[in-house]
Amino acid sequence: MAPPTHARTGGGDLAIEVTDLVKTYPAARKKPPVRALDGLTFDVPAGVVLGLLGPNGAGKSTAVKILTTLSRADSGTARVAGLDVVNDQQAVRLAIGYVPQKSSSDPMATGTENLVLSGRIYGLSKSDSVRRSAELLERFGLADAADRQVRTYSGGMQRKLDVALGLVHRPTVLFLDEPTTGLDPEARADLWTEVERLSAAEGLTVLLTTHYLEEADRLAAQLAIVDHGKVVASGSPEELKAELRGDSVQVELADATSANRVHSLISELPGIGEIVVEGNVLRARVDRGATAVPAVLGVLEEQEIAVAAVTVARPTLDDVYLRYTGRTFRAAERASDAEKERAA
Amino acid sequence: MATMTATAVRSSARSGGLAGQTAMITGRWLRAQYRSPALIAFTLVQPAIWLLLFGQLFKGVVKLPGFSDSSYIAFLTPGIVMMTALMSSGWAGTTFITDMERGVMDRMLTSPVRRGALMAGQLLSNATTTVIQTILVFAIGLAAGARYDGNGLGYVVTIVASMLVGTAFGSLSNAVALLTRQQEALIGIFQFVSLPLTFLSSIMMNPKLAPHWVEVGARFNPVDWATVAARQSLTANPDWSSVTRHGLYLLAFTLFVAYLSTRAFRTYQRSV
Ligand SMILES: Nc1ncnc2c1ncn2[C@@H]1O[C@H](COP(=O)(O)OP(=O)(O)OP(=O)(O)O)[C@@H](O)[C@H]1O
Ligand SMILES: [Mg+2]
Repeated sequence: MAPPTHARTGGGDLAIEVTDLVKTYPAARKKPPVRALDGLTFDVPAGVVLGLLGPNGAGKSTAVKILTTLSRADSGTARVAGLDVVNDQQAVRLAIGYVPQKSSSDPMATGTENLVLSGRIYGLSKSDSVRRSAELLERFGLADAADRQVRTYSGGMQRKLDVALGLVHRPTVLFLDEPTTGLDPEARADLWTEVERLSAAEGLTVLLTTHYLEEADRLAAQLAIVDHGKVVASGSPEELKAELRGDSVQVELADATSANRVHSLISELPGIGEIVVEGNVLRARVDRGATAVPAVLGVLEEQEIAVAAVTVARPTLDDVYLRYTGRTFRAAERASDAEKERAA
Repeated sequence: MATMTATAVRSSARSGGLAGQTAMITGRWLRAQYRSPALIAFTLVQPAIWLLLFGQLFKGVVKLPGFSDSSYIAFLTPGIVMMTALMSSGWAGTTFITDMERGVMDRMLTSPVRRGALMAGQLLSNATTTVIQTILVFAIGLAAGARYDGNGLGYVVTIVASMLVGTAFGSLSNAVALLTRQQEALIGIFQFVSLPLTFLSSIMMNPKLAPHWVEVGARFNPVDWATVAARQSLTANPDWSSVTRHGLYLLAFTLFVAYLSTRAFRTYQRSV
């Protein structure tokens, strides 16, 4: 078998095309089935890093499992590297690398043994597989630990090995399901650099799911924000931020009970857009932060409402998230965590 | 798009044959086994204890009228061989569950490796353990005074039969692992099943001397088929038709459950 090579495709090619995917999981007794994907649709051009961003339970992993042929959608279609994930399953498998959310290395084997076996499974010859493994271990800074059992690796080392395992056979499309969750900032930065290099130097298409807005902002050329199994917004991080005209003003009140009164006071001021209240914090979209802040402070002082802090910021991804899901990213996380606890 | 499709199609030939992939997967499991010496020691010590314990405990049963064998240890040894193959293979599925708890299973299932190779590789490494255990149990049995009049063929039959028992129940264990995805469920189910399989058989006792229902149960028990075939083949004048018949039942059962367990990957994939 010829070793799989990178398909370098011209502009306009789509490496991933997802159309209207629906997936339901049967739920526990007496509960309605969980609709994990509810008409998920998005595209990823070849050579691009796409970030799938969304809170716990949004359906990110479910989407990745369907695209990697592990799981199957109830309806809808998906093509990866131009191949249908159901009808051309075997060809899709050869074209992709998959780094699951859970660590995917064999703890009883060494780093080298893990990689060599993976290469062999994809049809690399023994010597090619050994050479490629050494190259990857070197690149991910694991050369010193190459002959140690993986169970002796730190979390960060294991995660790097997971990514290396997804790359042994030189896939054209790489799926990274939360590659940096649980890593310390340094290990995270290392992985970011490596993913950037892969997409820039090797033209790899990457689909990355993440919980970190910062990660999405830095790595992903394209973003799709997923909520309740649907894409609620997509575009480049800059586009998404630019769509939010103006700045964001955040007012932290000393006392949450006055929040509603403040809401109505502020909304009467000129140049103020949508306002969201979360506990004692109000976030407002404003045309110009520089003029809005004094106005807001003036009203609050007039009414003798105590303020803990006022901040003004250029739009961030968090604001984008807020705009499309009606919740801040962190609040959405908390809500879905609570939901999970109730379900358990 | 054309470029991409072409690349993918060119590489769409299966990577490596079934045999090659099976060998790679077997290698992985053998290496893991070899690295857990405590586990190996345990799987070897356990049958030794059974053999010596039951050998002492039931020594007198040969004196019962109707018990045709004259030495209980000679009668018991092939039985303990099969019991050991059954008991240690019941654990096979725990390795699958460990793989599922990590992302190893999911990574394997999205690779081009055949499901048959994933199953066969694990079962072959399991069968390797079974062979070692069988030889050890024989060694202890012979040391404890068991004698067999037949030629060497009886030993070969016993080893093959024990491998089939190990493979059949290893397959079942793997299938239960893929269906339940829970260590506790797997162990519970296996304990529930292994006791009747052991006692509704001729492993320790000639079923003709037991209540009738034991004899009936034994007739449908794959572990008993293996025990009967092994014991018969070890006698001075084996009834080869009985050996062959029981051997074929066992082979058919093994192939059937191995096929079923490979299908269980689909059920697992539907639930992830
Ligand atoms: N195997 C499964 N069986 C039953 N329900 C499932 C299964 N996998 C996922 N779900 C449910 O489907 C929904 C989507 O889950 P999914 O794992 O895709 O979310 P996610 O976006 O990856 O979340 P996280 O950020 O927590 O990883 C959730 O409600 C989850 O409980
Ligand atoms: Mg997930």
